[in-house]
Amino acid sequence: MLRFVVRRLLVTVPMVLVVVSLTWGLIRLAPGNFYTGEKPIPPAIEKNLREKYGLDKPWYVQYGKMISNTLHGDFGSSLKYQGQPVNSILKNALPVSATLGLLAYLLALFVGILSGTLAALRQNSRLDYSSMAAAMLGISVPNFVLGPALVLLFSLTWYVLPPALWGGPSHLILPVLTLSGLYMAYIARLARSGMLEVLRSNYIRTARAKGLPERQVLMHHALRGGLLPVVSFSGPALAFLLTGTVVVERIFALPGLGNYFINANLNRDEPLIIGIVAFISIVILIFNLLVDIAYGFIDPRVRY
Amino acid sequence: MIEPKPLVTAPAEEAVVGTSLWKDAWSRLRRNHLAIFGMVVVSIVIAASIIGPPIIRGLTGYTYDSIPADSALIKSFPPFTAPDGSFSWAHPMGTDIAGRDILARVLLGGRISLMVGVISTLVSLIIGITFGATAGYLGGKVDEVMMRIVDVLYAIPYMMVVIVLLAFFGGQSPLGQLFLLFAALGAVSWLTMARIVRGQVISLKNQEFILAARATGVSTTKIIARHLVPNTLGPVIVYATLTIPSVMLLEAFLSFLGLGVQAPLASWGSLAADGIQNIAIFPWQLLCPGITMAITLFSLNFMGDGLRDALDPQMRKS
Repeated sequence: MLRFVVRRLLVTVPMVLVVVSLTWGLIRLAPGNFYTGEKPIPPAIEKNLREKYGLDKPWYVQYGKMISNTLHGDFGSSLKYQGQPVNSILKNALPVSATLGLLAYLLALFVGILSGTLAALRQNSRLDYSSMAAAMLGISVPNFVLGPALVLLFSLTWYVLPPALWGGPSHLILPVLTLSGLYMAYIARLARSGMLEVLRSNYIRTARAKGLPERQVLMHHALRGGLLPVVSFSGPALAFLLTGTVVVERIFALPGLGNYFINANLNRDEPLIIGIVAFISIVILIFNLLVDIAYGFIDPRVRY
Repeated sequence: MIEPKPLVTAPAEEAVVGTSLWKDAWSRLRRNHLAIFGMVVVSIVIAASIIGPPIIRGLTGYTYDSIPADSALIKSFPPFTAPDGSFSWAHPMGTDIAGRDILARVLLGGRISLMVGVISTLVSLIIGITFGATAGYLGGKVDEVMMRIVDVLYAIPYMMVVIVLLAFFGGQSPLGQLFLLFAALGAVSWLTMARIVRGQVISLKNQEFILAARATGVSTTKIIARHLVPNTLGPVIVYATLTIPSVMLLEAFLSFLGLGVQAPLASWGSLAADGIQNIAIFPWQLLCPGITMAITLFSLNFMGDGLRDALDPQMRKS
């Protein structure tokens, strides 16, 4: 177990470096520069700029510096937000995205597992059909349609919730609902099919045969096996959540990582792009590791 | 001279009506009303986006980028409304901020969105089948290395790399941007396909029916064509149908963020992005493309689910 965790943590470092190198390579292969704009820059100023940002050095020196920065966890200063270190931008933006993602995921887990399990217990009932139709709707409605539709209803028609920006808890409700719709739907479908499979298995029949009350059969035996697909979905779900937050932060104008990432790309703000990519890669890899560890606790068949 | 009677009379050429995989699947699919409904809606959307724009131009003279020449201050009218506020068939989805017919733009967006969905899925199919079949067929060390690569790729935040790619290389020309989208979206959605094909090839190459076919003297090419390929094709088609809506969703995200399809072309994502600017006053500018897209994705997903149940009974979630 400990060996497994250490090995996986060691693999994380080269993988983050691969992602960061890929991103850096793409940025450097692209034509143009962060300072090239509408107006041509005088050669003297361009020379000074290139010197200041180390662009006059050979590419492998610049690449080496970027890698060493990444390994030290210090990504330098943003090119666009003058004088702001990338790390302090990350520190300010992270709570926004993390709150959003975590709340959305918890909501999706709660509603998804509940409706999926109930649908499986009453297979082919009206409840089953309606919750699966709702889940299909959740998968099909893009979040950039769901979000504005919610804004239209709650902020512009009934005036009960703020339409955008970051503030008190009431500012969280619409973004979290928008973000969690898709995952709720996925989790409900996964929970339903997982539970259906488990409820037919032999060990559930054994549990019933030895006279356990139905509640205990369900809580202690069925849920544990039936929710395995939901647990293994949690790894990729985090990656998807991050993609979703980009759009949701855009819709609701929230100062999160996704919004900064898009702006950094439009501004060609290399240190900020590298910083966010590296940070998110680490988060995803660690989350995947946590999911694998959790798997071992839930499913006694898994050995490391 | 007496003809010697043949000892065994040759049986009359009586065609044995066997149920093929596809016939079986079709009869299962036909009973699934939701899937049939999905197929009908998808066919309507495809047909409308192909023949719709020329019909609209023929009937009313509007194209997706024709801007009316009047000098009215407000050019955006609700669905079925004429500039004077009376009922009119001229613009069934209303007009946008520049006075352009939204229906024509939504149909053009449908063309682009569906094209991106289908072509990117084909790209991912080609990469995924080649990679998965090679790994599964060769087996051993090669298989192990190739699948480790897939594992590694699974863990990277590929959407961020795609965003960087489009932000730094995009924007040259509308057509070039489309090709970049095909390539980028295809290149990030083949991983699951490779895993599925590999699993299929591995489980098939040692199965009894392949052995039986070999024992009865069926040639290798025929084994592959008649027995291996149709059996991998089921899950491949199913997964491809489910990949199309997810790729369309990714394209819509990117276009929504301004990194995908570029003006004067439009996709459902970029139309929604335009519409969201004026959501408080002109909600139909967002809702018309948004609802069209949701209905299409909904139908595609039902179709994919139905195909899965029909073609791949083992994968069916009863």
